[in-house]
Amino acid sequence: MIRAASVLLGLLAIASCLLGARAEREPTELKIRGSDSEVNLVQRLGETFAHQNRDVSIAVTGGGSGVGIAALIDGTIDIANSSRALFPEEELLALRKNVEPVATLFATDALSIIVHPDNPIASLTMKELAAIYSGSISSWDILGGSGRIVLYGRQSSSGTYMFFRDLVVGEDFSPKAREMNGNAQIAEAVSRDPGGIGYLAVGYLKGGGMHVRVVPIRSEEDATPVSPLDIASVRAGLYPIVRPLFQYTNGPPRGATLEFLRFELSPKGEDLIYEMGFYPLIEQWRHRNAHLRRPEAGQP
Amino acid sequence: MRSSTAARERRRRFWDRVIEQLIRVAGISSVVVLLAIFGLLLVNAVKTFRGGIEMAPLTAEERAQLSEETVAELESRPTEPPDPFVDFLAGTEWEPQSLEEPRYGVLSLVVSTFLTSFGAILLSAPLGLAVAAWLAYVAKGRIRETVKFGVELIAAIPSVVVGFLGIQLFGPIIGELFDRPGGLSALNGAILLAIMALPTIVSISEDAFAAVPRPLIEGSLALGADRWQTLMRVSIPASRSGLVAAVMLGSGRAIGETMTVLMATGNVAAMPHSMLDPVRTMTATIAIELGEVARGTTHYFALFAVGLLLFLITLGVNLAADFVHRRQERLYS
Repeated sequence: MIRAASVLLGLLAIASCLLGARAEREPTELKIRGSDSEVNLVQRLGETFAHQNRDVSIAVTGGGSGVGIAALIDGTIDIANSSRALFPEEELLALRKNVEPVATLFATDALSIIVHPDNPIASLTMKELAAIYSGSISSWDILGGSGRIVLYGRQSSSGTYMFFRDLVVGEDFSPKAREMNGNAQIAEAVSRDPGGIGYLAVGYLKGGGMHVRVVPIRSEEDATPVSPLDIASVRAGLYPIVRPLFQYTNGPPRGATLEFLRFELSPKGEDLIYEMGFYPLIEQWRHRNAHLRRPEAGQP
Repeated sequence: MRSSTAARERRRRFWDRVIEQLIRVAGISSVVVLLAIFGLLLVNAVKTFRGGIEMAPLTAEERAQLSEETVAELESRPTEPPDPFVDFLAGTEWEPQSLEEPRYGVLSLVVSTFLTSFGAILLSAPLGLAVAAWLAYVAKGRIRETVKFGVELIAAIPSVVVGFLGIQLFGPIIGELFDRPGGLSALNGAILLAIMALPTIVSISEDAFAAVPRPLIEGSLALGADRWQTLMRVSIPASRSGLVAAVMLGSGRAIGETMTVLMATGNVAAMPHSMLDPVRTMTATIAIELGEVARGTTHYFALFAVGLLLFLITLGVNLAADFVHRRQERLYS
């Protein structure tokens, strides 16, 4: 008896779901793929968005920025997560396949520079960092510390590696730089190595408990040192080692995709982004999202 | 009555044939899969040496549609594809994303792979053979079953968990002993791979020991040799090819392992000078880079070339092991 009743209830529930969905709008599924450093963040944003918009479901997978962009070019996904701008080769490939990648910048990733807690260095300039990572400064003595510098960084394929190289180092890394498999390994290694220095995503340090010290950075010789943990300064664009996180769509975003991108940049989205260890988009990049603006008259 | 027996017989034969065909298809499909994998690797690997899309000249139309910056960058890329021998096989620098000039030298990756896997075999072969001999000739009863089960259970540990051990346990110990903070190195990888190769080596060499004809061993003991002498002078020589096969299959396993070495060896794509240097194996390189690389570029295809080389190496090792193994089977059959 009880079993029959519960089966009946279940059927009713399924039926009402089906009817309910039909009453609103055609359900949409957004497929998002790409960068491994964005996957958790976008998953979280997607869940919240789907919770508020029952007719939209969002599937987020990782695999790497290159994998996401390739899938966008193949037309198998709606949004490609990428922690870097497209490579020229990818632009060429997209052109040949008649795909028009449009970038939306939705969050800011700041890299922090960490050293061993016993390292006495007060701050570093961007120039000094470049010299350290290119190998032209190999000892802490010149910088006010002591001993040999041991470089820790990410593997040559990661978006973080290229971001740091292009923005900070400006030339190839010293061949002696150790390539670690992720933030955790860098933090772990630097916490054990008194001569170590490493760069990693700021979000990773938010939880605390890491036996490392974050070094404030000066953009110029005479600038004030800024710590990446100081959110107001980062948002104002004063911390120099920042990059935008991208989401690419084929053509300007429309429909549910557009709504989702707008949600990410809304105050609620920004809160989630901060909660997940990244920063909301900094002011100077906002103008690059002109394609998300609502047109003067009505809905798009 | 009779006709029903005949019918049953006919049905039985029919099903026999169906199942036989199914098994044949299953057997053939594994070969087809092997050939398909080989074909996929080969087709893509060859493209490395013809150059990826960044090397092809742009049409006037493409030039007009792409931004000036993009065109300039594409045209600043090298136009000569890497040479399969000089640049790829004999090149010592793997730096496909270099800002100066991309380099596709696979030699340091190959050396890294050999350092970790041969290091692993040096550690696990003596241990594995000793355990196998003990299991085959000495151990009895419950303790034998327990040890055998334990060794086989090692094979069930996910490689990522073994990698964990490398980061949290062996790495720091190596770091302390040799003053290399963190200790992520070829040695660390070798120790972990040794653990992972152990089940293969133990179970195959135990089979080889067990296949030594009883009369040979009994004859040796009857002539007054003790068990140690019998093992060294009779059992090991008699099962030599099986033991060699066991070690080779173990090293095949070590060469192809990815996750563990990715986590535990530090991933520096420079030519290593000692077991204490961080290394980056061929497997780790593919795993690290395939997700991020732009498709269709020389770098993308070069990863397939690395995959092909790896496939040929493991295939060679496995074929050799199979050949040696068969020789022993023929010897006593």
